[in-house]
Amino acid sequence: METKLLEVKNLKTHFNTERGRVTAVDGVFFTVYAGETVGVVGESGCGKSVTAESILRLLDEKSTEYEGEILYKGKNLLTSTINDMQSVRGNDISMIFQDPMSSLNPVYTVGNQIVESIMLHQNVNKKEAYEKATEMLRLTGIPSPEKRIHEYPHELSGGMRQRVMIAMALSCQPKLLIADEPTTALDVTTQSQILDLINELKVKFNMGTVMITHDLGVVAEVCTKVVVMYLGQVIEEADVRSLFSSPYHPYTDGLLKSIPQLTGDRSKKLHVIEGKVPTLHQIPKGCRFAPRCAFASEKCHEEMPELAQADHSRKVRCWHYKEIFQAGEEGPYVSAADSY
Amino acid sequence: MQTTVVREQELSQVKSHIKKERRQLLIRRFLSNKLAVTGSVIIVIILLFTFVGPLLASYDPYELEAKQRLLEPSDAHVFGTDNYGRDLFSRVAYGAKVSIGVGFFVAIITSILGMIIGLYAAYYRSLDNILMRLCDGLMAFPAILLAIAIMAALGPRVENVIIALSIVFTPYVARTVRSSALVIKEQTYIEALKAQGAGATRIIWVNIAPNVISPLVVQATFIFADSIITEAALSFLGAGIPAPAPSWGNLLYDGKMVIFNAWWMTVFPGIAIMLTVFGLNLFGDGLRDLLDPHNNKAKK
Repeated sequence: METKLLEVKNLKTHFNTERGRVTAVDGVFFTVYAGETVGVVGESGCGKSVTAESILRLLDEKSTEYEGEILYKGKNLLTSTINDMQSVRGNDISMIFQDPMSSLNPVYTVGNQIVESIMLHQNVNKKEAYEKATEMLRLTGIPSPEKRIHEYPHELSGGMRQRVMIAMALSCQPKLLIADEPTTALDVTTQSQILDLINELKVKFNMGTVMITHDLGVVAEVCTKVVVMYLGQVIEEADVRSLFSSPYHPYTDGLLKSIPQLTGDRSKKLHVIEGKVPTLHQIPKGCRFAPRCAFASEKCHEEMPELAQADHSRKVRCWHYKEIFQAGEEGPYVSAADSY
Repeated sequence: MQTTVVREQELSQVKSHIKKERRQLLIRRFLSNKLAVTGSVIIVIILLFTFVGPLLASYDPYELEAKQRLLEPSDAHVFGTDNYGRDLFSRVAYGAKVSIGVGFFVAIITSILGMIIGLYAAYYRSLDNILMRLCDGLMAFPAILLAIAIMAALGPRVENVIIALSIVFTPYVARTVRSSALVIKEQTYIEALKAQGAGATRIIWVNIAPNVISPLVVQATFIFADSIITEAALSFLGAGIPAPAPSWGNLLYDGKMVIFNAWWMTVFPGIAIMLTVFGLNLFGDGLRDLLDPHNNKAKK
């Protein structure tokens, strides 16, 4: 837990589009230690995936501008050369993508693709690479990997393909794994198997993991720390237990209230957060959540709060979190966390 | 030690079994595709004619025989003779080599050039504008006009016909490759490869290129057919293969003047061109259905 692997400091990602400059990520902070899983949550379009892609600098370099710092073992990735980036990608930091259906090249066997990424970074011959690939496939729990390795992606199911993706991502034993909604396209049974697998391999290789998701259930299951994002900003950071038991930010609070409960009064309507997420072209002036926030005051509409240290392990971007937190009831979310 | 040897044998058996199964499936799918089968049968016949025909021909295609001018098809001259008394069967048979040779080389050269241009235009957006505007410029001219202009500049030689037709047809291939590559480039597996640390050259040639092969191959068969026609048209207009050499277009050119007296001089080379182009187009159509996964699903 002691080695600081990745530190994202005030990351801002701007896109130059035809309709002008858009800031998709505007102030993201978090730190990942070895062996730790950090969850990044938020609704669609809040900049989770852009954050992930910014870490590996996968976005089109021509139309993208980065600000801030992304420190991997103390080295700033945003100022590294392309060659340095290429040796970091896959070797030190690896990524698993959302859609296993389109994440594998249809013209090559899966073995071929795993071998390719092994040989990119390691000085081994083809035979050794194949052995390693088979070994990785076996680790991910694919039955008879020596047969599967010669099959094409279309011959495998979604869950199988995601296992292949994981095998590929972990083939060079990266120190940090970024999983961008790795289970969204899969059914629930496979979901839990894949999450267990990532967890298991994380412990085995002592990897740091960034788990990007909009599923709070996934967060409760695998994460140690959670970063909540809204409209390109981190609005709250906390360890998983305290976040679920006592959210500080009204948005987090709303998110947790929106989880359907398995127990209790079923006739009660599910909680919704009022309003819509504004587009990136019309960001509110003050706090970005203010237009939808029940507790918003004048100050909230005028001035943007900074991400401030709330207590020893938590940060929150809200002017009124203390009052709200004291006013709100405590309790129900503990059971929400436990029900997963 | 013993067990690992046995195990490796087993593994290689599994591998070869999987490969064999895939091959059988491919053959079955090919055979069930009537267009492709008919097309390939015609092509095989034409190719046989190209290579075996000259051996069967008992006359030299260049040998002039003043007494034997414009003879009707007979036992001695199966296709008759032309206005210089040359045996038409030999000329059609030798002409096949020239015409099909031109078509073949044009198809190969345009595929290679078109692939390079298309892939780089798709991958680097800055190159895209330059390359595609160049292609637009070339495509703005009617194919035959541009070919004549280039031939006029280069002079009448077989090699120059190939060069001229390659210049004319490359933009079409480049377009096809580019449009497929643009789709492939946005696929998650390309992004995943970048995330694994692959460089641009590897992504372009090892990972995008194999995905654009199927539209490229289909396009190439059509270009093969098109360039046989265009070569014939060029030669017919007198801007193609230089005169005494027998190409199908040249034979038509010679036959044009005596078309009312000697039908065989236009009919036989005409049939040769028609059959070849027909066969190639059928084969191309069949290949397109065969390689396009959407079509296969629709049929089942």
